[in-house]
Amino acid sequence: MTESGFLLPDLQDPESAPFWEATARGELCLQRCSGCGRLRMPPRPMCPHCRSTANEWPAVSGRGRIWSFAVVHPPLLPAYAEFAPYPVVVVELDEDPGLRLVGNLVATPEGPINGVDPATIHIGTPVRVVFARVGDVSLPRWMSAAAAD
Amino acid sequence: MAQLIQDRAAIVGIGQTAFGKGLPESELSLACQAISAAIDDAGLRPADVDGLAMFSMENGREVEIARNVGLGEITYFGEVGYGGGAGCGAVGHAAMAVVTGQCEVAVAWRARKRADKGSRPWANVAARLGGAPQWSRPFGLLRPVDEIALLARRYMHEYGATRDHLANVALAFRKHANRNPAATMYEKPLTRAQYMNARWISEPLCLFDNCLETDGALAVVITRASRARDLAQPPVLIHSFAQGFGRQHQVMTNYFCDDPLLGPGWACAKRLWANSEIGPRDISCAQLYDAFSPLVPLSLEAYGFCDRGEGGSFTDDGALEWPHGRLPTNTAGGGMSEAYVHGFNLVLEGVRQMRGTSTAQVERASSCLVTSGEGVPTSALVLRRD
Repeated sequence: MTESGFLLPDLQDPESAPFWEATARGELCLQRCSGCGRLRMPPRPMCPHCRSTANEWPAVSGRGRIWSFAVVHPPLLPAYAEFAPYPVVVVELDEDPGLRLVGNLVATPEGPINGVDPATIHIGTPVRVVFARVGDVSLPRWMSAAAAD
Repeated sequence: MAQLIQDRAAIVGIGQTAFGKGLPESELSLACQAISAAIDDAGLRPADVDGLAMFSMENGREVEIARNVGLGEITYFGEVGYGGGAGCGAVGHAAMAVVTGQCEVAVAWRARKRADKGSRPWANVAARLGGAPQWSRPFGLLRPVDEIALLARRYMHEYGATRDHLANVALAFRKHANRNPAATMYEKPLTRAQYMNARWISEPLCLFDNCLETDGALAVVITRASRARDLAQPPVLIHSFAQGFGRQHQVMTNYFCDDPLLGPGWACAKRLWANSEIGPRDISCAQLYDAFSPLVPLSLEAYGFCDRGEGGSFTDDGALEWPHGRLPTNTAGGGMSEAYVHGFNLVLEGVRQMRGTSTAQVERASSCLVTSGEGVPTSALVLRRD
C-alpha cells in the first residue's frame, strides 16, 4: 500500500521497469522479442516463440478496443472504495488483438476512475491510451477514441 | 506402456469438521480433527498412515499433523499449489503414491479459516506490486471475483450466456444445500427473484454468484484398491486423475493468452479422459468447482458435457438439479451453498455419491466427476463405485 492508498507497481522490478519508465514519459511501450520480433505482454525474460532473451521496448499506437469490462462494487480497499462502483476494462491492442492490458476507463485524462457511466460501456468500443499520475507512477488509462480524438 | 491409476487406488475414509464462521479452533486443530475422523471412518489406526498430500497453502505442516494425530513413519509427502486448483491434485498425488508403492495409506486434506477477514489474501497487500499483480491491481481489479467477472462478461458477450444461466447454477446448488444438514445454507432457500435483486459485487456477478466464506476442514484416506476391500467402508475407486493448465496461462488474470475462455480445465480434461475408460456421457453426477458461478458453465464445456459456448444453456430446464436433471451437480451445495473450503468438500461429496450416502443421492450413481479450481492450474478426478 502506498501513500495514495492505491496499489502501485514496484518500479524496481527489472522485468517491467521499462514499461513504467515509458508511461512516465507519456508513452505506451511494450516488450518486443529481438529474436523473432513478436510483441509480448506481460513482459518476461524469455520469448516463448523463439526462446531469445534479448528484447527491446518500442512504443505502440496506444489504440485498441474494449475486450471486456467489470463494474467493481464494495467491499474494497479504502482508496478504491471511495470511487466504487467503478469500471475496469481489458483492452486488446490494434497491433495484435492477442495483446491485452487491464486498465481504467476515464472521461478525461486526469479524470476519476468512476467518471464513465458503466451503462455506456460496450465491448468492442475503440479506445485510446492516456496517462494519469498516481503517487510516483504514471498509470495508463483509456478514453473512448471518439471522445479523445 | 504406462500403468494408469485406473481403479487401483481407492478413497476409504472421509472426515470433516463442522462448517462455520469464526470457529475458535486453529486451522491445525481443524485439520487434525478432520484427518482423525477420516482415519476412524476407514477403520484404520493413525499409525497405519504413512503418506501425506496437501495444499501448499495449508498452514499446518506435515510434521505437525503427524505429531498431533500420532501418525506412523511417513514415507511420502507432497504439496500441490495454486489454492483452489489443488484439491483433486492432492488426492491424485496420494493415489499415485499408493499405487507406486511410495506409501501404503495416504491422507489428503484441507483446513481453512476463510471467514476471518484477515485471511483473505487479496486484502493482505504488499507495499509495491511485482510480477503479475502489477498488471491488474493498480487499476482496482482487487479480488478474485473481479478477475473472474472480466472473463464472465466476455463469455456472456461471445456466447449469449445470461444472468438467468448463472442463476440456474446458484439455485440448483442452493436446493441441494437445503437437503444437507451440514451445509451452511441448509435452512436458507434462494429464489430467482432474490438472485436477480441481490447487490452487485463485480458486475456482471452479484452476491449469489460468489462462494461462501467458511471455516472448516475436510480429509480423505486413500489406499490401494486391493487393501481397500478389507476396510470398514465400501471403497470408492479413483478411476482417473489429471492436473492441467493451458499454454500461456496466467493465474486468475488469464487475459494474456490467445483464448482466455479456454481455461485450465481444457488441458486437465484432455488427460483425465485419455486416462479413463469412461467419458463424460457415462458420468452419473458432477461436483464442479464453484468459487464463482460462471466457472460452472465454463467447466461443463471444458470437461466435455457440451460444446463450446453451450455451458450456459446446458444449465436450463434444471439440468444441474437433483433428482431429475441430466447432470445433478454439486449435490451437497458446493462452494456456493455448502461450504467453501477450497473445493475439498466437493471431493467428499463425490465419495458420498459413490457410497450411496448423499443427502441428494443420485439413483444408481456409478461414477462422479470432481473438479478443482477453474481459473488456476487445476486438477480433476473420476470416481467410481467398486
